[in-house]
This record gives sequence, C-alpha cells and structure tokens, in this order.
Amino acid sequence: MSWGWLIFALVFWAAAYALNVRLANSSASGTRAVGLAVPIIFGITILVVWEGLVRGLNVPLVILPAPSAIYAKFVTSVPTLWEDFVQTFIKGAMTGYIIGCGAAFITAVLIDRSKFLQAGLLPVGNFIAALPIVGTAPILVMWFGFDWESKAAVVVVMVFFPMLVNTVEGLAATTAMQRDLMSTYHASYLQTLTKLRLPAAMPFIFNGLKISTTLALIGAIVAEFFGSPIKGMGFRISTEVGKLGLDMVWAEIAVAAIAGSAFYGAVALIEKGVTFWHPSQRG
Amino acid sequence: MKTILPILTVVAAIVAIWYAAAIPMNAQWAKDQAARADTTLTTGELVLDTWSQERPRLPAPHQVLSELWDSTGDMALNGRAFSKRSLILHAWYTLSATLLGFAIGTGLGILLAVGIVHSKAMDMGVMPWAIASQTIPILAIAPMIIVVLNSMGISGIIPKAIISAYLSFFPVVVGMVKGLRSPAMMDLDLMRTYSASRSQTFWKLRLPASMPYLFASLKVGIAAALVGTIVGELPTGAIRGLGARMLSGSYYGQTIQIWSALFAAAILAALLVGIIGIIQRRSLKRMGMAA
Repeated sequence: MSWGWLIFALVFWAAAYALNVRLANSSASGTRAVGLAVPIIFGITILVVWEGLVRGLNVPLVILPAPSAIYAKFVTSVPTLWEDFVQTFIKGAMTGYIIGCGAAFITAVLIDRSKFLQAGLLPVGNFIAALPIVGTAPILVMWFGFDWESKAAVVVVMVFFPMLVNTVEGLAATTAMQRDLMSTYHASYLQTLTKLRLPAAMPFIFNGLKISTTLALIGAIVAEFFGSPIKGMGFRISTEVGKLGLDMVWAEIAVAAIAGSAFYGAVALIEKGVTFWHPSQRG
Repeated sequence: MKTILPILTVVAAIVAIWYAAAIPMNAQWAKDQAARADTTLTTGELVLDTWSQERPRLPAPHQVLSELWDSTGDMALNGRAFSKRSLILHAWYTLSATLLGFAIGTGLGILLAVGIVHSKAMDMGVMPWAIASQTIPILAIAPMIIVVLNSMGISGIIPKAIISAYLSFFPVVVGMVKGLRSPAMMDLDLMRTYSASRSQTFWKLRLPASMPYLFASLKVGIAAALVGTIVGELPTGAIRGLGARMLSGSYYGQTIQIWSALFAAAILAALLVGIIGIIQRRSLKRMGMAA
C-alpha cells in the first residue's frame, strides 16, 4: 500500500468536487462551456480516483486494471480490436439493425391500415418487447451457424418489436384536425402517408431507432457468448476473462462504449436534422 | 372483449406460423432418418414426424409446453419441485438474484436521483454520464464481474444481483430525475407561499408527483434486471438458473430444453412486470392519480 497515491486521489477528488460546485453555482453556469466542463471534470475525476486507488491499494491486475494499463493495452492491440469491431459491430450489429428496423418499419406501415391487426399486434408487441429476448441467442446460433449471420439474426429479433411498437404509435400521432385537412385537400392515402403521417411519426420512429442502437450492440455481443469464430468482441471478452487478461477485457469494453455512444450519437444527429420542427429539438 | 379478440387472433396466427415453420425446419432430419431406414414417408407422416422429434431444430409449441409442464407442474405434483432438473428451482435462483439486484439498483437509483435534483453540481456532472451510460452495452461486462468476484471469493447470488442492479439502476435514475422535476412552477410557488422547507417540499410535493414516473421506470428496470441475471448466469459454468439451462441446452443440442427455459423466462418477466403494473394501478388510484 502506498499512501501517496491514495492521498493524491482523495485530494484530487475534493478539489475537483469543489471546482464543480463552484462552476455549477457561478453566474456562468448557463453557458455552454460550463455545461461541457462540469461533466468532463467529473469523468476525469473518476479516472484519476480509479488510477489512484488501484495504485495506492496495489489492486492486482486480475481484479481491476488501472486506466493507464487499459490504455496501454488498447494502444498495443489496435489490430485485434479493429478485427473484433468489424466482426461484431459492422457485420453483426449493423446488418441486423438495418434488417430489423427496416422490417419493423415496413410491417408497421402495412398493419397501419387495419385497426384489427393493430389492436392485436400492439399488446403482443409490447409484451414481447419486455421479454428477455437475448435468450433466443442460443437457438439462433444453432440455426444460422457460428459466424456473424447468427448475431445479425439475434439483433433482428431484438430490435424488431421496440421499433414496431414505436412506429405504429408514431403513425397514430396525427390529430383528427390534421387528417381532416388532408382529406379536404382530397389527398390520397399515399399522399397523406408521405406528406403528413410519416413526418409526424418521425420523433417516435427515431425514439425506436435510438433504443435499438443499444439493443443491437448488446445482442451482437451476448450472442457471441454462445459460440463464435475466433474473433468478435463478445468472443474476446469471454475468452480473455477465462485467461484473466482483464486489461484486454476493459479495452474491448472501451471499444464497445465508444462504438455504442458514437452509434447513438449518429442516430441522434440524423434525428436533429429530420425532426428540426419538433419542440424537443428547438430547445 | 374488444381487445381480446384481435389479440387472440394474432396469437393464433403466431402459433399457426410456428407449426408451419417447424415442418421445413425439421424435414431434413426426418427424411434422413427415413432414408437410413430405407423407407419413404408420406406427406402426412413427414408432417407428424417433424412435430414430434426428440431434438428438432424448431420444436413444435406443444412439445415446448409439455416439456415446460414436465419440468414444473408435473414435478411439483410428484413432490420433486426442487429437484435439480426442475425449472421451478432454476426459476427461483434467477428470480431471487433478480429481485435482490432490482432492490439494490432501485434504491441506489432513487438516492442518486434525489441527489441530482438537489445539487446543481451533481446534476451537471453526473446526469450526462447517466444518460450516456444508457448507450453503452453494459451487459458486455457481465462475464467479467462474475469471474472477478469469484476470484475474490464472492460467488452465488451476489455477482448476478450486481449485474441486474447495474442494469436496473440507470432507468430508475433517469425516470426519477424526470419525476422529481415534474411539479410545475405553480405547484412549487404554492409550496413557497406556505413557507415550506426543502424537505417538506420534497416529501409532500416532489416525491408524490414522481410516482407515475417511478412506476414507469420500475417496469423497464425489472425487465432489464431479469435480462441481466440471465446473462450473468451464462459464464458461471452453467450450474443454476434459467440462463444456465439455456447454455447447457445449447451445449448438448437439447433444443426443447432451451425453448422451455426461454418460455419460463418469458413467463417470469410477464409476471414481474404484471405485478408492478398492479401495484402501480392500486397506488396511483389511492393517490388520486389514476389515469
């Protein structure tokens, strides 16, 4: 145990906390710079305290590696991480995400014309969306083999129902007044759909798309626990855990975190462009 | 009645599609067996065979249900409700870890939300991370938590509960922060004119006002907690719990076992969400907030 690191971590924490309180309660707290600075300071504090505790208490690598050790591992194993990223994210998660969300969107538009189907599918869809669908992973791995196709299939199943429910809800989001207006224009079904109801549904659709980004990555990673070729993030995590190579595990988790937030951020950015008229986007 | 008929139709359609899909999925195996025995199957025989194989690629619904009954109700009737092969026992392992984790996660989540609402520094510092953390595939760390805690000598229910606590934590934080902030300016002004202290405002206005949000996020949280527990059971060497049943089923090609574990998990999830729904309706009604 070395007291220096522990004391350093504590002092840093106290100083950062004081700084944050000061910033948050200062007159400049409404500005964008402070709004960015406070969470960044908080994040850095966590990393420094983590590093300090690991070094100060001599925590062994097999329990919790320090951030610096994870970073070192990350930098030296970029090729492996990239290969895993392509296998799991680009091939597995993205393919499944596009197929699943696309299929759900088309299904929603199709069942939109039948009140009966909607009344039946919505409760069932809501019910299925709450189930532990990850559990279908072993079955789908058995059907589609070990490679990325089975991971994409798991992702399709996972994202389908949340997306379906959101899209159907969105298509119902227009008011009677708006639909009446379209009918006084003598708009056809297709015109009403493309000019009024789909644009009005966009906030809901993007909500479904955003929920699905996280689900897609989770599905692809967890499906790899049930069998995978010798690459992929889930595969690497489960084998490196077995070898007690925890720095590599954390490096993969860092990749997953970066990929997950970037994916979410990208969808949120597209949303901002598409639904610029919505109150939640006008700030 | 108006809603039940469409739902039943959809469910019936799903079951019909399922039976239909089982035929082409399992036909290859049936044909191979027939070729090996030097017999040919009529279409009727082929269809019947695809619905009654021992290790089908896609078991028919009645096979799954009968396996489900065999490993739960039937065993219970024979007084073996807690034998090792009983799904009741496995479901209990999963349920207990889920409930413990859910309780921890919800408790901590509410505490953090209270802190965030009352401290501006925490709000600005923690909240972006709480939201960002929802975009991260947290489940990926499940195997690591299990193994690391095991190496520290902690095993059994605690590691699984930690994972499910972690998963149910963030929905509760985000929902509760929204809920505690939901009183309108007018309500808060009223409390001010009463000269209410901060804690009085909290207990008498903010907390009751947050209840609808709390229940909505509890529903999300308990479903997430169950998923967390099941995934947490995967790397433990497949001994206990519904997740372990799925993993061992996939190792030994026991498809019916996987499907029945999956159904058991689905039933468990539906029960848990349903119970919270009932509590929600009851308590909101008593508080005069029923929708």
